[in-house]
Amino acid sequence: MTTVPEHYSRRLAHRHRLGTVFEWACRVAAWGSVLVLAVLLIAVTSRAWHWLDWQFLTSPNDYEAERAGILGGFWGSFWLVGLTGLMTVPVGIGAALYLEEYAKPNWITRQIQLNIANLAGVPSVVYGILGYSVFIRFFGFFDRPQTYELALGFTNVRFHLPLGTVVLSGALTLCLLSLPVVIIASQEALRAVPPSLRHASLALGATKWQTIRYQILPAALPGILTGVILALSRALGETAPLAVLGAASHVDFVPGRIRGAGDLMANPGKLLQAPFDGFTAIPLQIYTWVNDNSRDLRDSVSAAGIVVLLVVLIAMNGVAIYLRQRYQQKIRW
Amino acid sequence: MPTTMSTIKPSATSADAPTVPPPMLGASATATPSPSRRMKFETRDMSFYYGSHQALHDITLSVPERSVTALIGPSGCGKSTYLRSLNRMNDIIEGTKVTGKVLLDSVDVYAPNVDVVELRKRVGMVFQKSTPFPKSIFDNVAYGPRIAGQKNLAALREIVDRSLKQAALWNEVKDRLKDSALALSGGQQQRLCIARALATNPEVLLMDEPASALDPASTARIEDLIFELKRNYTIVIVTHNMQQAARVSEYTGFFCLGRLVEVGRTKQLFTNPAQKETEDYITGRFG
Repeated sequence: MTTVPEHYSRRLAHRHRLGTVFEWACRVAAWGSVLVLAVLLIAVTSRAWHWLDWQFLTSPNDYEAERAGILGGFWGSFWLVGLTGLMTVPVGIGAALYLEEYAKPNWITRQIQLNIANLAGVPSVVYGILGYSVFIRFFGFFDRPQTYELALGFTNVRFHLPLGTVVLSGALTLCLLSLPVVIIASQEALRAVPPSLRHASLALGATKWQTIRYQILPAALPGILTGVILALSRALGETAPLAVLGAASHVDFVPGRIRGAGDLMANPGKLLQAPFDGFTAIPLQIYTWVNDNSRDLRDSVSAAGIVVLLVVLIAMNGVAIYLRQRYQQKIRW
Repeated sequence: MPTTMSTIKPSATSADAPTVPPPMLGASATATPSPSRRMKFETRDMSFYYGSHQALHDITLSVPERSVTALIGPSGCGKSTYLRSLNRMNDIIEGTKVTGKVLLDSVDVYAPNVDVVELRKRVGMVFQKSTPFPKSIFDNVAYGPRIAGQKNLAALREIVDRSLKQAALWNEVKDRLKDSALALSGGQQQRLCIARALATNPEVLLMDEPASALDPASTARIEDLIFELKRNYTIVIVTHNMQQAARVSEYTGFFCLGRLVEVGRTKQLFTNPAQKETEDYITGRFG
């Protein structure tokens, strides 16, 4: 048995202490953020407490705090995020597939790559201005808005060109905003698929498309889904671009003027009319309440709106986690 | 390694070696295949480039039908590159180039009218690391026929049964075809990959160190399997294990620094190598 040198044992105690300090630093960092969130939730919920009732959830907005509700904002956000997702997912995944699987690594590809990375960092208000001139005004090519009516047999869809401030132009703007995030997340997910999987598939006589369709996409799906949900959550919370687009804040109807499930069953054509209708969104609604002169609207109704927004966000993230778990169970190497 | 090789070497005296004429000649000579055996693959003055780096130099090598040809050599000598150029798996890598001829049944596989998908269906491949798809055992084996357009479930079942039996895996998995392939052991996964390759009904099987990641018992099973399969398939196997080459193959090619140093009957090459380099390598003096 050799004796441990004294300086060594002294250093050892010091090293153990350092380890403990580091562990506690990490602990504080982790719990600190949870604590802040908890304080925020409690503060908002307590302010919203008596206002967050059935009347609030089922009424459109109103100037009177007692009659104000989130219905228009909720369904506006629903349509916005839904349409954004429908447009963003195929385009985003397609772009990521092209860049990862098909594009040759040359100068042009590098420029596209670089620009997508830059676009992901552009402030959302800039997208609002872009969306305003492109989708709402069509660069001013039209002297004044023309109204068109598309006859589909079972229903007629009325829309204007240029689009004006409607759900569709809002969704297109949010789509531009979400695309870079979805593309980058999808690219990373595709890159994480082991090359051996690709090679095994190709060696069995699969074409490139078959390899992508049956091996690469399923393996990358959890990562892609995570990116999509993150991007859509961000789109759901965006206020600035919608404000720039000029979305109305005092909207007392839901897109498509759908008055409940029964009305929708009787007039399914309203589903097609909704993208061409005016809208508001939950964050925009909150923003206008916070700026209102009425104290009740400013403090309490806005808090109720925030709670609804948070609940929708948590629900979306829950779906994301569920989907990820589900697909990850099937894929493990 | 040197001790085991020396046990092989003295088993045959150098005196009986010249009585067997070499059926295939190395890179230095022109290929004159033995008339008795049809050549499945032939490469003539084949060179391979990764960008400007030349990985293979003028390889002339013939692979006889329904036999096992082993490719040995030190790491980075180009034997895997050679193997992958036979089914054009190297095409996946950007900036590669092939010169010379690679003939499958006398047809140049690098000719512009050759469909690489069709080629890979005829020339199956098994990789060093087993690569089961994250699917069921059945779906793994059925993958090749399915992507080729076979939709009939009864036909697929028949193919899966046959392939798993051929790969000597049937008895172990017949009751759990629906289970994930990833739950199989390493040796079973590798045999599953062989079954999957056999399911497309290939004519040639290329194996890139198929047993290097396996324990001795699983390795022995794979070797037995290779011995079985050569009755119906032409097999080219890359291996670092010289006893394995000696055990399973009838022909062996020795690669070094991107050149084919020597090729001949396995027994001949291991007992009486023509080149000094080959002898040094197989007796463990280098590599």
